[in-house]
Amino acid sequence: MVVPSLKLQDLIEEIRGAKTQAQEREVIQKECAQIRASFRDGDPLQRHRQLAKLLYVHMLGYPAHFGQMECLKLIASPRFTDKRVGYLGAMLLLDERHDAHLLITNSIKNDLSQGIQPVQGLALCTLSAMGSAEMCRDLATEVEKLLLQPSPYVRKKAVLTAVHMIRKDPELSSVFLPPCTRLLRERHHGILLGTITLITELCERNPAALRHFRKVVPQLVQILRTLVTTGYSTEHSISGVSDPFLQVQILRLLRILGRNHEESSEAMNDLLAQVATNTDTSRNAGNAVLLETVLTIMDIHSAAGLRVLAVNILGRFLLNNDKNIRYVALTSLLRLVQSDHSAVQRHRSTVVECLQETDASLSRRALELSLALVNSSNVRAMMQELQAFLESCPPDLRADCASGILLAAERFAPSKRWHIDTILHVLTTAGTHVRDDAVANLTQLIGEAQELHAYSVRRLYSALAEDISQQPLAQVAAWCIGEYGDLLLEGNCEETEPFQVGEEEVLALLEKLLQSHMSLPATRGYAITALMKLSTRLRGDNNRIRQVVSIYGSCVDIELQQRAVEYNVLFQKYDHMRAAILEKMPLVERSDSQGVDERKENKAGAQILEAAAPVPTEPQAAKLLDLLDLLDDTPGHAQHLPPLAPSPGGALAHLLDLPCAPPPPAPIPGLRVFEREGVRLDLSFVRHPETPGLLLVTATTSNSSKEDVTRFVCQAAVPKSFQMQLQAPSGDTIPAQGGLPVTQVFRILNPNKATLRLKLRLTYNHSGQPVQEIFEVDNLPVETWQ
Amino acid sequence: MMQFMLLFSRQGKLRLQKWYVPLSDKEKKKITRELVQTVLARKPKMCSFLEWRDLKIVYKRYASLYFCCAIEDQDNELITLEIIHRYVELLDKYFGSVCELDIIFNFEKAYFILDEFLLGGEVQETSKKNVLKAIEQADLLQEDAKEAETPRSVLEEIGLT
Repeated sequence: MVVPSLKLQDLIEEIRGAKTQAQEREVIQKECAQIRASFRDGDPLQRHRQLAKLLYVHMLGYPAHFGQMECLKLIASPRFTDKRVGYLGAMLLLDERHDAHLLITNSIKNDLSQGIQPVQGLALCTLSAMGSAEMCRDLATEVEKLLLQPSPYVRKKAVLTAVHMIRKDPELSSVFLPPCTRLLRERHHGILLGTITLITELCERNPAALRHFRKVVPQLVQILRTLVTTGYSTEHSISGVSDPFLQVQILRLLRILGRNHEESSEAMNDLLAQVATNTDTSRNAGNAVLLETVLTIMDIHSAAGLRVLAVNILGRFLLNNDKNIRYVALTSLLRLVQSDHSAVQRHRSTVVECLQETDASLSRRALELSLALVNSSNVRAMMQELQAFLESCPPDLRADCASGILLAAERFAPSKRWHIDTILHVLTTAGTHVRDDAVANLTQLIGEAQELHAYSVRRLYSALAEDISQQPLAQVAAWCIGEYGDLLLEGNCEETEPFQVGEEEVLALLEKLLQSHMSLPATRGYAITALMKLSTRLRGDNNRIRQVVSIYGSCVDIELQQRAVEYNVLFQKYDHMRAAILEKMPLVERSDSQGVDERKENKAGAQILEAAAPVPTEPQAAKLLDLLDLLDDTPGHAQHLPPLAPSPGGALAHLLDLPCAPPPPAPIPGLRVFEREGVRLDLSFVRHPETPGLLLVTATTSNSSKEDVTRFVCQAAVPKSFQMQLQAPSGDTIPAQGGLPVTQVFRILNPNKATLRLKLRLTYNHSGQPVQEIFEVDNLPVETWQ
Repeated sequence: MMQFMLLFSRQGKLRLQKWYVPLSDKEKKKITRELVQTVLARKPKMCSFLEWRDLKIVYKRYASLYFCCAIEDQDNELITLEIIHRYVELLDKYFGSVCELDIIFNFEKAYFILDEFLLGGEVQETSKKNVLKAIEQADLLQEDAKEAETPRSVLEEIGLT
């Protein structure tokens, strides 16, 4: 029974008529079964119709592999209709991965050598669409022959097929290089275009070919010049521009030939200038040519004036109403910003305006370009623009913008304060989008800028008081408040508006940060450590802090619990060391040669041992203080010495081992070495747990008199064989009536195990009188030096 | 070179797919799906270019159809817009005021026209006239062949062979 098969049009109608996916599937399955049957034993004359239907179904996403062999049969058929559909099917259904594809090689070979022109066209088209490397090798000679055939219709296709063949098998370059010179003399635009594409491909793959084709530069220049000056030809022009496709292709080849080659570049300079100035810019076609011209000018050795012209063209593009033009302008300028920085700088204001673009791909380009244009002279103005942008930019650009601003600030900051302000602003605006190391960098920066400690802590306090949710900001603020809490409470700072903040407020804020569910575990770690540090910085009693610390001793978070337990112990058993351990951090030496991994490790270290110096540096050269040198011109107050290792955090490390550590060494008895009118100086000693040869001496000066002690300075000296380092004292004022004592740590190394003697010099003001005392201490316990 | 060209409707239905690089069916489907989604998500006022994977995508909407090309890094986006426009003009000339339906019902013709304009991902003919002439001639060839065979196939169709 002959089942009438649906015509293609009818099938399409029926499919489109289907109301549901299931219905469509049904129709298609039915039809496919019918097509299969027809392939098996149907009329070969109808085969092309069946295949056409199959191809339609295939486009909708349904499987059509059973049609592959049919393509072969149709291609082999002598009928043109069959071949047309068969080759189309081959292009759609067959590809390199199918073994079947090789089977059409023979048919293609026959069609190429014996077919009529349209058939040759079909064969070439298919070969260039899906021909594998193997097929290309088999058919190279056939294609080569066709390059020289009289018909332009076939030749133009043969040339582009050659391009495909070279892409598949670069060895075939040797076959297709020789005909190029002759092909270049063609007048037919299609052949010319194909030839130039072919030459471009050859040159890109083969340096020898590149050298060979440099000699055709004058010819190319001539062709382009003719194109540009001959004027309007209806056949090839678009909006008054002569064959822009051909122009663009020639310009691209010129770019490749002129690159890194003085002579060729020179030969094309005039022409490029001509095209750049004369091309009509009112429509896209002209702008396409201009764009290619600009890219060529910038890539070859062109005269300076020409380069400026090119950049200016891009600048004009930036002002074009057409978004697409603005887009290519931004992309191209980005490519040029490194090599022609000053030229691009001239268009900085226009670029910055593009930040306001509503189209995200444009504003992203504008952001990248703006960041690349920041330099030391425009940094303030640019940062203002970029920060304004940061506040309103789309979320997916925030991270890039924030990190871009921070990087630029690091490179070009005009002053430390500006730098700190900038980072602060970024943290408040886009805190969640900054990179991990922003916190470490900012703390480093603040630590370095001693003169700005007061300013920084105040600004950070205000920012934190307003908003505790931005984690990086909260972390830095907590750290700062912990470190410089005393400066915060002092009340004076010329650079910010004066505001008073009480101890209770500060503690309350830190507690709030600690308890907030918005705070990350790391932030909480910072908060609790800051609270702990404040126990030595604030004057009031530490009950509130003790309470918090003891509560967190049973916190679920292990990190927090561990810290709290350790801090608890610090309050109880090791109270005499507390001041020393919680002293202001020495400045961490920032070495830029550190790898990223090292930095990360250090940062991790910093988070675990918050009080410890994160970077272990080599112990500084020992400062030997001769007993006699004490009276020389050692300048003023006890020095803030360069970083040393291990830091007081080492003691904390010991505490971390506490639960299962070996019993700590028996404590060395302390000593009162000085007393005068209620001012007392006590020394306490402890050996460094990791370096038993290192003795940590804490000098605690207390004041039980009725008057304050001010401008207190303590200097110390040891015998020659010892090495000593003085750390910064906790302060220089000891309030009356048992106010907060001043503590200072000396680190003493005794490599020779000699007897330790200490000479101390104290200067201070008491009851309105200046006091100076010098005395030796030689009744030090034996354990301090044995 | 152009790596592929896709035509699809506002509903995401594919109307034409021309691939100039060898990819498996599965990969083609995946790419098509992703790209269609990306382009359809673009707002009307946005620019015609976007970066996608390591390619540049140039797309333009004509009535209910999106014409979407993937080009390589060195290729000129603006001239690709001209390529798309030229193709639409050719379709328009051939079908006479082309609309999506023409391309749906005559998809093979759409391919044939494209294959006279581009070859291997490159422009082969810059003259509109020449492209249309070539299609005309091929159509004529097909017609001639059909005329020569028509009587026979009619008889077959009514079962009288």
